[in-house]
Amino acid sequence: MIVAATSTKALWYLTRGSGIVSLVLLTASVVLGVSTAARWASAKWPRFITEGLHKNISLLSIVFLAVHIATAVLDGYVHIRWIDAVVPFTSTYRPFWLGLGALAFDMLLAVIVTSLLRVRIGHRIWRAVHWLAYGCWPIAVLHGLGAGSDNGQQWMLFIDLAAVAVVATAVFARFVVPATTHRTNTPLVGGRA
Amino acid sequence: MKIRVDPIVCDGHGVCAELFPERISLDDWGYPIVDDSPIDDRLLPHAKRAVEQCPVIALRLERALAGR
Repeated sequence: MIVAATSTKALWYLTRGSGIVSLVLLTASVVLGVSTAARWASAKWPRFITEGLHKNISLLSIVFLAVHIATAVLDGYVHIRWIDAVVPFTSTYRPFWLGLGALAFDMLLAVIVTSLLRVRIGHRIWRAVHWLAYGCWPIAVLHGLGAGSDNGQQWMLFIDLAAVAVVATAVFARFVVPATTHRTNTPLVGGRA
Repeated sequence: MKIRVDPIVCDGHGVCAELFPERISLDDWGYPIVDDSPIDDRLLPHAKRAVEQCPVIALRLERALAGR
């Protein structure tokens, strides 16, 4: 009985923890993705590092999301079915907030699968699907704000605010500040006659 | 195998030159200058990585002419 109770609690804590880690990883991935698109680089931080981290952190986020979903389903305290993780707004438990999570997960899967097949499907399709990332991330954040069990906590508020701040800054810098100012490998000032 | 760049697709991100400097360098505007000499097996993994990592998929690995 005690063991069962403890393991149930462990699953629930794991759901919360892996959800928060996923948020942090997805935030990092979005910022790195924006950095790639905006061509930010320097001599000490070459582009392939940004790209490589973007790819690997995104793949890592899938691992944590798998834990997040599996523990939420397996934890019997609230009734969540496997299908609720992929079909949005059908769960009996908090259908709207869980639905946002499912929606974000579907979008992320589309983004990652097309990225893995990128060379095969071509740049145009890959890029069209990749724009979904800009929808996926805010929906995932909303899912956390609506369904998260740690929302009353100060440190959770800090993580949420920091995540929104860095993504907003990166997106602002990419789309509002002209891209040409970031092209570090283009010597704008040089000894060319 | 040899490496080819599609100059219309290429956007001058410059990732390829970082990953495969043995065959790719950049001009003053950040666009690749490709040495299309055959790539041996030792260098092939680097070439493949450059192809995969190109942000706009402008690189391609092609079979070198027969006999090379």
